Amino acid sequence: MTMNIIETSGLGKRYGSTWALRECTLAIPAGHVAALVGPNGAGKTTLLNLAVGLAEPTAGGVTVLGDKPAGSPAALDGIAFVAQDTPLYKNLSAADMLHLTRNLNRRFDQRYAETRLAELGIPLKRKTGRLSGGQQAQLALTLALARRPRLLVLDEPVAMLDPVARHDFMATVLTAAIDDGVSVLLSSHVLAELERVADYLILLSRGRVQVAGEVDGLLACHRLLTGPAAEADRYTERPVVHARRGEAQAHLLVRVGADYSVPPGWESHPVDLEELAMAYLREPGAAALPGPARARALPLETGEPSEVTR
Amino acid sequence: MSALTVPARPQHDAGLRPVPWRRMAWVTWRQHRAALAGVAALLGALAVYLWLTGLQMRHAYAADCHSASSLACAMNFTGRYGVTAIIVSIFLQAVPPLIGAFAGAPVLARELETGTFRYAWTQGFGRGRWALAKLVLLGAVVAAAAGAFSVLFSWYNQPFVAAGYVMPLSTRVFDLRGVAFAAWTLTAFAIGALAGMLIRRVVPAIAATLAVYAGLAFATALWLREHYTAPLVTSNPNLPGSAWVVSQWYTKGGTFAFPARGIPIVRALSRFCPSFNVSPAQCLARHGYTQWSSYQPGSRFWPFQWIEGGWLLALSVLLIAATVWLVRRRAA
Repeated sequence: MTMNIIETSGLGKRYGSTWALRECTLAIPAGHVAALVGPNGAGKTTLLNLAVGLAEPTAGGVTVLGDKPAGSPAALDGIAFVAQDTPLYKNLSAADMLHLTRNLNRRFDQRYAETRLAELGIPLKRKTGRLSGGQQAQLALTLALARRPRLLVLDEPVAMLDPVARHDFMATVLTAAIDDGVSVLLSSHVLAELERVADYLILLSRGRVQVAGEVDGLLACHRLLTGPAAEADRYTERPVVHARRGEAQAHLLVRVGADYSVPPGWESHPVDLEELAMAYLREPGAAALPGPARARALPLETGEPSEVTR
Repeated sequence: MSALTVPARPQHDAGLRPVPWRRMAWVTWRQHRAALAGVAALLGALAVYLWLTGLQMRHAYAADCHSASSLACAMNFTGRYGVTAIIVSIFLQAVPPLIGAFAGAPVLARELETGTFRYAWTQGFGRGRWALAKLVLLGAVVAAAAGAFSVLFSWYNQPFVAAGYVMPLSTRVFDLRGVAFAAWTLTAFAIGALAGMLIRRVVPAIAATLAVYAGLAFATALWLREHYTAPLVTSNPNLPGSAWVVSQWYTKGGTFAFPARGIPIVRALSRFCPSFNVSPAQCLARHGYTQWSSYQPGSRFWPFQWIEGGWLLALSVLLIAATVWLVRRRAA
């Protein structure tokens, strides 16, 4: 049985009178690159802060790495976190940052870190404040990976990076995930970037989990149906996630079971991750979730239809 | 009972021992060496000045103050160096708050202001231990530096005490000598650390540290210190030269008449003693008034030092504990 790298039950966080995250029940199995997607203010950073122990839940609970409470010594030891805008001590050199991180952790792979920085052409003697944005992000990622974590948590890692730096950064993340078996949880609102890397999707909207599941499973049970606009309303009983109507044609992103059939006069196309995410983001009322009682069962993997509301 | 006989604690995670405390020594030094260098430069420059003027002064004292009340001593020693010493002591009062503001306040405020706490608090060391190690190390270092400095100041100030120019309990120098200077510096540092944690911005935290320290120091000097032990009370008008007079008042026929200051004494003098051919005390004595004084004798210098050092140390421990507690529980 695979361990859940992050498990939350009824997790909520309130700042003042506003709930940043509500009734969040999730179980992300180990061994995935999980993407946490949602519009600004959806609660992504809040969920990550709760998972790494920077914030305390207002309601519910969160455990990591199996059954360890978030923020406990064992959790801190096994999780490396790269916060938004990759905070580094600007007046320290890259070498000092390595030494600092080495001193603050039980494990630190100095050789790996130095090799990586050499490959990236990041001078060890330079102050981190004088590195480019891409180099700072890569340095922060290198520090995190040199800790040999079991889970790498990245908050909006590529938001500030140019396309080349973004690509290089994601390549490093993927290498760690594939070669070293590091589980990854990353938040992003750059959907296009995730297609290549993520194999697990969590979609947050207005502080609630809207979609959660393996990407393959999610893609397998969603179709984009294109047909005459006049007939579009016939499918409202079906689980239509999002409908886009033109004058002649309508495009329906629908959730389908294993036994679905394409209606006559309609065409069925597979969807990609971006289309899927966009459809759900446009319809905050729709949801595709494993039932709470079956949080570990991952029904989407089996193609079994679960609660879908429209 | 030997520690070896204690059974090993059950291991929740095999081999998960905390990161050793000593690692924080390098971390603290590397991150705060600029602040520590600033403290060293400030105290070092002042120490050189005190050392040089102190040598000159002692020379003058040895040459002219065979009798502390002699005219030569008054002219060549206290007259020449007294005012400078007053200015120096006033300036030195600003050293603890400066250390608190510029070495203490940024420790946490800068992490919170720049967002680096998200890095520091998610490392394996643990944020509570991280904060405790940093604050204890830095606090101990600045207190030790201040302690060493105040030994030098005591040496510098000693001739003035010997010449009777400065009372041992004088507000101006009491907290620069003995253990008080180190204790005040530690307290200033702890105030700075807590202010930084609460305010989360460097510049406002510095301002708050200066304000809170000034309030505490003034309150202590003006109201608190004189109550450390019950003062001695006497009706003898000739108080010892080292006495720190807490209050004076007049009685007539065994009951309180008026305090020896402010409007009541002026009113009494203008009524009973309109002409100034005798001292006010003598004049009032003729009218049946007895002057009483409550005072702290100079011999209480060290008890007062330990009392002040003690409560400041307790306050610093409390402030640092509160700061660490806030670090542990603060939501990001």
